[in-house]
Amino acid sequence: MITWESFLGSFDTGSGIWNPLVWVLSIIFILLIVYSIRRYGKTGYKEKTDQTQSFLSGNPEYEKEQMHIKASNMYWGFTESLKFVYKILDRMHTGNVSDYVLWFVIVLGCIFVLIGVI
Amino acid sequence: MNFFESLLTHSPALIVAVPLLGAFLTPLISKINDKIRNAFVVFIVGLTGVLISMLSYDVLMNNKMHNYVFGGDSALIMPASGESFAVRIIFAVDGLNAFMIIIGAILAFVGVIYSWHFMKEHTGLDKYYTLVLLMIAGMLGMMLTGDMFNFFVFLEITSISSCALIAFYTNKGKSVLAGFKYIVISTIGALFILFAIALLYGQYNALNMAVLANSIQFNTFTDKIALVLLISGLGMKAGIVPMHMWLPDSYGQAPSSVTLILIGTTQAGLYALFRMVFTVFGRHITSPIELTIAGNNILAGTNLNSIVGIILVVLAILTMIIGVMMALKESDFKRMIAFAAVAEIGYMVLAIGAAFFTLSPSEITIEGVQVTFYSFSQAGQMAIKGGLFHIINDALDIGLLFLVAGAIYYVTKETSLNKLGGLARNMKFTTIFFIIGLLAVSGMPPMNGFASKLLIYESIYLINPILAIVAILCSILLLATFVKVLHSVFLGPKIPKFDEVKEVPASMLIGMGLIAIVIIFFGLFPNLILENIVQPAADALMNYSAYIGGSLL
Amino acid sequence: MIYQIPFIAVAGLILIGLYAVIFKRNLIKIVIGITLIESGVNLFLITLGYRQGSLAPIFTGNPNVDKAMSLPVPQALTLTSIVIGVAVLALMLSLIIHIYRHYGTLDVKKLAKKEADEE
Repeated sequence: MITWESFLGSFDTGSGIWNPLVWVLSIIFILLIVYSIRRYGKTGYKEKTDQTQSFLSGNPEYEKEQMHIKASNMYWGFTESLKFVYKILDRMHTGNVSDYVLWFVIVLGCIFVLIGVI
Repeated sequence: MNFFESLLTHSPALIVAVPLLGAFLTPLISKINDKIRNAFVVFIVGLTGVLISMLSYDVLMNNKMHNYVFGGDSALIMPASGESFAVRIIFAVDGLNAFMIIIGAILAFVGVIYSWHFMKEHTGLDKYYTLVLLMIAGMLGMMLTGDMFNFFVFLEITSISSCALIAFYTNKGKSVLAGFKYIVISTIGALFILFAIALLYGQYNALNMAVLANSIQFNTFTDKIALVLLISGLGMKAGIVPMHMWLPDSYGQAPSSVTLILIGTTQAGLYALFRMVFTVFGRHITSPIELTIAGNNILAGTNLNSIVGIILVVLAILTMIIGVMMALKESDFKRMIAFAAVAEIGYMVLAIGAAFFTLSPSEITIEGVQVTFYSFSQAGQMAIKGGLFHIINDALDIGLLFLVAGAIYYVTKETSLNKLGGLARNMKFTTIFFIIGLLAVSGMPPMNGFASKLLIYESIYLINPILAIVAILCSILLLATFVKVLHSVFLGPKIPKFDEVKEVPASMLIGMGLIAIVIIFFGLFPNLILENIVQPAADALMNYSAYIGGSLL
Repeated sequence: MIYQIPFIAVAGLILIGLYAVIFKRNLIKIVIGITLIESGVNLFLITLGYRQGSLAPIFTGNPNVDKAMSLPVPQALTLTSIVIGVAVLALMLSLIIHIYRHYGTLDVKKLAKKEADEE
């Protein structure tokens, strides 16, 4: 059956011990400290006045749709610098169903050479 | 009590028979009322879940194996000439099977509850529920059976009903095309698996997995062809690169509750791959025995474990890298999660493939005959445990992400990430569930993804450090893709088009909440799950002779 | 040599079917290729049960018959496989009708381009 010790036990991998309950309790404790520090300095703040408008160094504020960064543009640096890899991957992922079966036959052939011959 | 004991004895057959009966009764009941049909389907799946929990509790806690012989009380027939042969279809449930049907139970139950409100405004729902129940029956049959041809039949049942469900939105051309691609790929894979089964039958005159495991000698050419065909065919069903390309198409176009159960069928294909490699061919791959009498090698083992290990590890590294890199570029929500699912399958295959390199011999001498036994080292056993634990974690995490994607689609009717934004203000619960799923997929504590990934990293680092570095890098890139989704869908200013979206209805929240609770529970107490559920499964996997002994008597 | 002809036929059917699935561009030709592969595997299953000089495996009550019978198990497996193949074929053809109604073409490459441009 399920014993109380194994219920509270530590997570013992081959080279270390890790206990998730201790981690959660310490995170909650640290969050309480952060919250109390934040409450310490929260005076003189009025909602719904000019204090809450966003300041863009005097520039006009655009529409909400244009201000939000779209998902395709987010990792532009990563995809642009690895363009040679993505060119090969795009050529691999066509929409053809015949190409899917061709990849299956290629892998079948490679594994057959490895197991059957060696 | 006598009723419960007889229920337990018959439960392997009932687990497949109850959804099948429900599937054939659903069109009749749906003529009465809609709510009664939904309640009937939830009742059937709940009853199956109760039976599954009874059976797996008995198998995992008492460490014994259940056999169910269809049509008689003994699987062996002994004619007058003396030698006995196994003749009936059996369902053999050991630790690994019990582990897999727990996954099937959770996914099926949450999927049916989620689709109560998700599919409410579509027509043709009686056919939808019939096909869902058929798919659940096929998936559970695949996980329970101990007979090779029976496995092929359940594989085809599952693929036919999932194809019809993937093409459910017949007004969109993309869904129908995705269904067509799925059925072509699935049929070709299944036909090659049938070819391998026919080869093994013609050679050894047995279709039972235990009898085959007992009698395979790996010295002819047809055995090698059968092993190659089985690895490739089952790898195609499980979604290993470069045969993975049907996964984004079919997971991305199906309704979200169907995708949840499709994840279960993909894991069933992966389970079958492990069963073939470890148990059916187990005498030659994972525990070759060498007998030497007075210096001559009588029964020499083969060195097959390193070859199969190299194949699995190379395919797994390719799967992880290509899956993650394609996910980073994608801008459709569900296709991105499907590529992440491909990458996660790579983790499981990597863990189990790397364990093959740690087989080490140990010699004992019985009466002058020197016998060499092979067994996995400590790091290899930890890797197998981590890989098996990751199966259930990955099914839950990716399932939760697909349910969130379905909730977003239900509310805004958009699937492209470029057109969404700022939804966190109105949909608070969905955002919390998405953050839980994000932390779980990328392996952050205290979710369950951290527990299994920690086991995989530590054990693979002891085997070969470069593999562990690649695995950690891919985990970080997975975190990057989902943070991109979090920013572009949930955070940011409120877009005026989505000003009056409301929270999703109650049954979808209950479904997502159930999975989130299980994720957090597995993450906070991983020791419980490892000792009671994963350890018997890993023991059953590594020890093929227990499977033979337990299912033939 | 004459007993090897069914096995050569099986290999030929499977290779021709794979050629049709991989290299042909019409959707219906791909479906025909799948049917060819399936016929090949069914033929292989039946050929496994044949023993030289044997009868059909039916008990007829004739007491003088002393010959062997060919195995009945592969025949049962083949029947199951044929039925599964019929169901899959019906499903594939009805999906092709839907695809033609949406896209207006049956060429695989043009379908892939139309699907990618649909955004």
